[in-house]
Amino acid sequence: MEAIIRLILGLSLFLLVNVFGGVDGLYFHIGETERKCFIEEIPDETMVTGNYKLQLYDPRTGGFMPSSPGLGMHVEIRDPDDKVLLSRVYSSEGRFTFTSHTPGEHVICLYSNSTKWFSGSQLRVHFDIQVGEHAVDYASVAQKEKLTELQLRVRQLLDQVEQITKEQNYQRYREERFRQTSDSTNQRVLWWSVGQVVILLGMGFWQMRHLKSFFEAKKLV
Amino acid sequence: MERGWLVVLLGVVCWCAGAAGVELTFELPDNAKECFYEEIEKGTASSLEFQVVTGGHYDVDVVLEGPSRQILYREIKQQYGQFQFTPETTGTYQVCFSNEFSTFSHKLIYVDFQVGDEPQLPGVGEHFTAMTQMESSSQKIHEDLNSVIDYQTHHRLREAQSRKRAEDLNERVLFWAVGETLGILVITVGQVMVLKNFFADKKGNQASY
Repeated sequence: MEAIIRLILGLSLFLLVNVFGGVDGLYFHIGETERKCFIEEIPDETMVTGNYKLQLYDPRTGGFMPSSPGLGMHVEIRDPDDKVLLSRVYSSEGRFTFTSHTPGEHVICLYSNSTKWFSGSQLRVHFDIQVGEHAVDYASVAQKEKLTELQLRVRQLLDQVEQITKEQNYQRYREERFRQTSDSTNQRVLWWSVGQVVILLGMGFWQMRHLKSFFEAKKLV
Repeated sequence: MERGWLVVLLGVVCWCAGAAGVELTFELPDNAKECFYEEIEKGTASSLEFQVVTGGHYDVDVVLEGPSRQILYREIKQQYGQFQFTPETTGTYQVCFSNEFSTFSHKLIYVDFQVGDEPQLPGVGEHFTAMTQMESSSQKIHEDLNSVIDYQTHHRLREAQSRKRAEDLNERVLFWAVGETLGILVITVGQVMVLKNFFADKKGNQASY
């Protein structure tokens, strides 16, 4: 009896997550052959989860079809060094997760796997992206590790603090890069001003000498 | 054990019930307009925040429209903006960013669209008794850490803006130095050649300048 109740609860939980999975949040429209990219600037070892849902425009009803089984979504994720982290075709609805290994700007590109050559119909893309501790599903953590409320709260606080620490670390690395760029600009301007004076003097000197020999040859001087 | 399952179920239901928030950073090409839509229930406190991270003169046009196309918030050529609103009607709200006034600079824009409050941890919402001091302290810590993360995000965006500007400057200085060197060489050699040309046209004629 208990097992059956547990099964029913589990099934309804599963249904709730998949049917009302919170994915129907923000959405935008793209053409069938169009590509939409988002940039996430994150520290290393950070988990990012994306939920999406793809809907095709239905010209008969003038709206968007609730589900389009044949359609797929190509997800391509590049790391800051332009290396491909993930490049897969998923079904028209689902989620993808990746963990960054280098800090920096990661580019997440979405486009449908349509084979048309020119822009087809419109697509509605429901998209939600969560980074770091927002990506953790505390309900499943509580259930899997059998944590009390307070323990779960402490776990959440630990995750948050870890994320803050990673971001601070990343901030230090970025500031160093910024400082190097400014130093480099300073150097370049310094060398250029010296170089410019040298070039001008040199060219002026060359001009006068060249003209002098030219006029002497022409017997004008 | 059953209570555990029920708690989890309730937590998931509360989570799905309309609390959502998404932060996106995307590139807006020149002469383009990008819109994002969200279905919001009446009475759900929502907020919109945007910032132009890099590109051109760091400005963008923003328009937030309600279900009946009424304009709730509009900014022209702003670098940063924040707007909090509580919708009075349930429907589809849209926020559009426009770069149509720019001919060749594409902009990098950060958007933070929050709908409803942050979803609670499972089990925290169903208290019928007052929270213990431990629980309320931990709640306070959680909220403070949320603001720390928020400040960090803002700091990161500002720093990214300054850093990209500095990198642009660095590159431009290099191009300018090389360009000016070439310019000086071309002009000096050109001057000499033109001058020689004045004197070399009529053969044998002495210039009477």
